[in-house]
Amino acid sequence: MKNYKFIADHFRVSLLVICAVLFAVQNFFACGNKETKDNNQGDKKLKVGLVFDVGGRGDKSFNDAAFKGLEKAQKELGIQFEVIDPGDGADRESALRKLASKPDIGIIFGVGFIFTEDITRIAEEFPDKKFGCVDYTITPQNFSEKTIPANLTALVFKEDEGSFLVGAIAGLTTKTNKVGFIGGMESGIIKKFENGYKNGVMYVNPECKVLSAYVSVTGEGFKNPGKGKEIATSQYSNGADIIYHASGLSGIGMFEAAREFKKFGIGVDMDQWNEAEGYVLTSMTKIVDEVIYQTIKDFKENKFTGGIRSLGLKEKGVDYIYDDNNKSLITPTVREKTEQIRDKIIKGEIKTTQ
Amino acid sequence: MDIFGYIISLSFLAQVLRLFTPYYLGASAANFSERGGVINIAIEGFMITSAFCYALFAVLTGNVLLSLFLAVTINILFSLLYSAFTIKLKINQIVTGVGFNLLMAGLAKFIMMLIFRSSSNTPRIESLPHIPFIADMPGIGKVLADYIIIFTFLLVPISQYLIYKTKFGLRLRSAGENPAAAESLGVNVRNYKLYGVMLSGFLSALAGIWLASNQNSFSDGMIAGRGYIAIAAMIIGKWKPWNIFWACIMFAAFEAFEISLQISGINFPSQLLQMLPYLITVLVLIGFIGKTKPPAADGIPY
Repeated sequence: MKNYKFIADHFRVSLLVICAVLFAVQNFFACGNKETKDNNQGDKKLKVGLVFDVGGRGDKSFNDAAFKGLEKAQKELGIQFEVIDPGDGADRESALRKLASKPDIGIIFGVGFIFTEDITRIAEEFPDKKFGCVDYTITPQNFSEKTIPANLTALVFKEDEGSFLVGAIAGLTTKTNKVGFIGGMESGIIKKFENGYKNGVMYVNPECKVLSAYVSVTGEGFKNPGKGKEIATSQYSNGADIIYHASGLSGIGMFEAAREFKKFGIGVDMDQWNEAEGYVLTSMTKIVDEVIYQTIKDFKENKFTGGIRSLGLKEKGVDYIYDDNNKSLITPTVREKTEQIRDKIIKGEIKTTQ
Repeated sequence: MDIFGYIISLSFLAQVLRLFTPYYLGASAANFSERGGVINIAIEGFMITSAFCYALFAVLTGNVLLSLFLAVTINILFSLLYSAFTIKLKINQIVTGVGFNLLMAGLAKFIMMLIFRSSSNTPRIESLPHIPFIADMPGIGKVLADYIIIFTFLLVPISQYLIYKTKFGLRLRSAGENPAAAESLGVNVRNYKLYGVMLSGFLSALAGIWLASNQNSFSDGMIAGRGYIAIAAMIIGKWKPWNIFWACIMFAAFEAFEISLQISGINFPSQLLQMLPYLITVLVLIGFIGKTKPPAADGIPY
């Protein structure tokens, strides 16, 4: 028995040592971060707070785009920033609160529709701070234009318009008359992507079938590439030759399947060409980075306004990628037709949601 | 799409086998541990560790076989740590298991942030080699040419033989059923428990590595509860290799069916479909396949 106590004590000591080392390492890296930030600290700088969505930094789509916006603001406006990557748990609210209660932070962003309720509440609690929420979801029951506090700007992208355009490209490019769609979490905002895409496909090619599937009914659906790959594999095996995904990290699985089958995938949120070079037909992009940059700029110049900011094709809030990489994949006629559709959407001649 | 035509196709079968592999490896891992009387709910955590280590070393060294070896080794070391806690120090096995699961998930994220400046995924890695020629077969070739999948299938009769027909299996089972009696006959019970947990570490390592190799990266949350489903499969399979095999096939088939039904466009709520495997687990547990009886001394520190 004594022997075990001895071992147990040793375990305690070694655990303490491990903890100490981990803290030391973390502090070391944290110091490294601070130093780079301090370089910009001449006079009293504006400080921006930001909380990431599920997936976190390095998701190669949504969150990375938000971070890019911060970096641009740091470079061009000379601001400082502090970010929190809450990961899974439901501690988004406390992350927002933590940033909002710091006196030197002037504006706080929540990235993702998950923040909608929390950020509304916290904006009411901190009336002298400004807030921005990317992908704010307006549902008739809970929120209307009136209930958005004056210090909160709700950034709403018209994903349906961008998805309509990539749907049109898919519908015009497909050879099998079957295309696929993979959604992350089955939810209102992802349905917006799906409907826009379906309508776009049908508008140019009524014969075409859309095989669509969702990874999950919870937020976990945005980070399960294994299942994303299985869904894509099924869709390709069933004859689809182009798949559009709106599933965050799960989409990485789709690009792996695209490589294996040598068929096309369509990226989302950011240009995802690098995920599977040569197999990415195009990407539906949301200029999350630009919008965050603009909001910070407005705030800095005291032009911040609360309320809903709707960002569609007209405002260049959503778009699709057509550059040197994928020029060879999209034929000139497809490009021309897609641009005509863009004009019609902007003029309001085409309804993207039905 | 003709969903019934697709279900009898080779690509559907291939999909079931792909989904089956990590489940069976995980379930078998849990089984070896529990046969020796140590509950191992850290399968999920072990899978995370091995998947992460495999991806990490594949990025750093560029050599997938070396990374496979290192990831397996590290996982076995972790399973030794697990046995130190549960067998040597006799800490509650459930608590230790939960602790390991949380630790592994956090640690992987932490190291990823340090090395790759990303809290969610590693750069792309190469997948493990396949048997050439067979891999070119359409539909199912890639599956038949996958070394780990082949090993998983061989594992079913091997573990059946190991558990029921060898001296090792008899002693392992005795350690899980009645350790006092086994010790009175001269069996070193603690050693056999340790072997069980180490086998568990080895097999769950293969499951994690296979998943990372199949998706060509490690990403946070990628194991997505497969470790827990594996444990459920083990319980449904009543701790018997062949029964566990069928339980895993059932889980995999349902998951594949759910995907197919979704993309077939048949208007059926997908929430219900995604629930099905879990619903079946519950139905099974409340006695549709008879009483499930764990090893008598399962979970009791000795």
